[in-house]
Amino acid sequence: MDLSLIIMQLLSGIALGAVLVITALGLTIVFGMLGVVNFAHGALFMIGAYAGLYLASLTGSFWWGLLLAPILIGAFGMLIEFVLIRRLYGRSIDDPLLLTFGLSYVLVEGVRIVFGSDGIPFPTPPQLIGVLDLGIGFFPRYRLFVIVLVAVVLLALWLALEKTRVGLIVRAGARDPVIMQVLGVDIGRVWLAIFGLGVGLAALGGVLAGPMRSVNPEMGSLVLAEAFVVTVIGGLGSIVGAVVAGLMVGISISLVALFAPEMATIVMFALMAVVLLIRPQGLFGVRGRTA
Amino acid sequence: MSGPSSGELLAKPAPGGLGRLLDHRVLLSIAVLAILPWLLPSKALAVNVLIYGVVVMGYNLLFGYTGLLSFGQAAFFGAGAYFTGIAIGRYGVPWFAAVAIAVLLSTCLAAVIGIVSTRTRGIYFSMVTLALAQLVYYVALQASSFTGGENGLRGFTVDRISLFGLQVNFLDPVNKYYVLMAFAGLAMWFQSRILNSPFGAVIEAIRENEQRARACGYDVERSKLVVFMLSGAISSLGGCMLALHLSIVPLDILHYQTSGMIVMMVLLGGARSFFGPFVGAASFLILEDVISLWTPHWQIFVGAIFVLFVLFLPKGIWGTLLDAIGVGKARP
Repeated sequence: MDLSLIIMQLLSGIALGAVLVITALGLTIVFGMLGVVNFAHGALFMIGAYAGLYLASLTGSFWWGLLLAPILIGAFGMLIEFVLIRRLYGRSIDDPLLLTFGLSYVLVEGVRIVFGSDGIPFPTPPQLIGVLDLGIGFFPRYRLFVIVLVAVVLLALWLALEKTRVGLIVRAGARDPVIMQVLGVDIGRVWLAIFGLGVGLAALGGVLAGPMRSVNPEMGSLVLAEAFVVTVIGGLGSIVGAVVAGLMVGISISLVALFAPEMATIVMFALMAVVLLIRPQGLFGVRGRTA
Repeated sequence: MSGPSSGELLAKPAPGGLGRLLDHRVLLSIAVLAILPWLLPSKALAVNVLIYGVVVMGYNLLFGYTGLLSFGQAAFFGAGAYFTGIAIGRYGVPWFAAVAIAVLLSTCLAAVIGIVSTRTRGIYFSMVTLALAQLVYYVALQASSFTGGENGLRGFTVDRISLFGLQVNFLDPVNKYYVLMAFAGLAMWFQSRILNSPFGAVIEAIRENEQRARACGYDVERSKLVVFMLSGAISSLGGCMLALHLSIVPLDILHYQTSGMIVMMVLLGGARSFFGPFVGAASFLILEDVISLWTPHWQIFVGAIFVLFVLFLPKGIWGTLLDAIGVGKARP
C-alpha cells in the first residue's frame, strides 16, 4: 500500500470529519451554554439537508440553499427554544433531553409526510463537480470545498467568540448566568440566540453532507450517534474538543475503511470507549459536571 | 421531577385497606395481567404488552429508581432475543436452558457496557449508553454469519414445549400468553425483592442525593454497576420472550430507536412505580395500534403526545393516578 493512497484517504477523512466537527460543535455549544443536550440535533441536521435541497431547487442555485437553509432552520430552532425548551429550565437536566427526543420523532415523521420516505439525490453544485489533481492523486473538488468552508466557519466563530463584545457575553454567560443577569444582561435572549446558532450549525452540516451522501429521513439518526461520540471524546462543552475529536473520528473511520471496511462504523465507538476508560470527562472536558 | 424527601422514602406504605392491599403488588399485577388478553382487542397485542412490560420494568430499575437515564437498553433487550435464538437454532439447546443462558450472557454484556458507562455522570451517561448500544447494533449487523445481519435472525421455531411432562402447543396464542406470563411473574417477583431489599433503598438514595449516599459510606460506583446489570438482566428476559414469541429476531430491536421507545413507555406509564411500566407499554402499543389504523404516520402523534407528557405530566399515567388517589408514596 503506497503512501499517496493513505494521504488521499487521510484527506477524505478530514472532509468527513469536517462535517462532524460542524455538527458536533452545534451540540457542544448549546450544552456549554444552556446545559441542554439536544436529542433532536440529528433530526435538525436532516431537516437542514432537506431545506438546502428544497431551497437550491427553488432558487436554482446550491449557494442560496447553503446560505439560507442554516438561517431558516436556525430561526426554527429559536422557535423550539422559545416555545418548548424554555419551560424546562430549572427542572431535571434529563427533561430537555427527553423532550427533544419526542420532538425528533415529530420532525422525522413530518419530513416523511412532506417529502416521502425514500432517499432523494442531492446534486453537487456544477462548479464543484469533478476532481482536482493534487500531484499525488485526484481528490473530489466538493470535498476540498467542504474542508475549506468548515475551516472558514470555525475561524469566524472563534473570532466572534474571542474578539467581540457579544462573544464576551456568551463566554461569561457559560461561566455564570446569574452574575450576567445581575450585570444587566438579558440571559434569556443570549440562550435563545445560542440555541438558534447550534441548530443552524446542525443544518449547515446537513447541507454540506447532502452531496456526499443521499438525503433521507433517517440520515439524522446515524449523525446523532456520531455527534454524541465526537462530543463525548472531545469533552462535552469544549469547542476545541469538538474540533479535535471530530477530525480524529473522521480520519479513523476513513483509514480503517481502507484496511478493514467492515470495522469502519465500529471503530469510532471503540475509540470512545478507550477515551472514557482513560479520561471519563473526555479529552478537553472539565471534571465535575459530567464525569 | 421532584422526589419525596428521604424521610418519606423510609416511611412504610400508608396503613389502611388500600395500603395493605398494595403490599401485594406482585400478586395484584399478575392478577391484572391474567385477565389482560380478554380486555385488549387482540391476543397478539396482549403478548406484546407482556414482553415490553418486562423490558420496561427492568429499565425502570435503572431510570425510575436509580435516576440513570440510559438510552441503550435496547442492547440488552436485543441481546436476550439474539442469544435465545442462536442457542436454540444453532446449538439445539432446549428452550428453557436457552432462556437461562441468554439472560446470563446478556448480564455479562451489561457488565461490560456498565463498567464503561457508569464511570460517567448526568447527561454524559445518556450519550455514552446510546453510543455503546449502537456499537452492539453494528457488531450484530456485521457478524451476519451468527446474527443474520440485516435480515434478522431466523431458523428457530418453538412450536411445542413440554412443561413437567405436559406437551403444550406453543402456537396457540392463549397458551403462549400464559407461558410467557409465568416469565413476567418471575421477573416481577425478582424486581419486587430487589426494591424491598436494603440495596433497593441504596439505589433510591443515590437518585435522591448521590453525594450524601457516598458520604453515608455506600459504594456508589459499585451500586450503579450492579443495578445496571440487574436492569439489563430483567430487560433481556423480555428479549428472550420476544424471541420465543416471534421465532425471528429483527435487527431493529438493537437500534437506539428501540431504546427510545422503552424510554417513552416508562414515561408514559410512570417512572418509579411498580406497575407503571406495564401501563406505559400498554398505552404506547394501543396508541400505535389505534393511530396506525387511519394513518401510517403514527409516530408524529406518539412523538407529540410524548412531548406533552414531558411538559405537563412528567409522572406518567399510572404515577399521576396514584398521586390522585393518595397512595403515591407507596409507589405500587
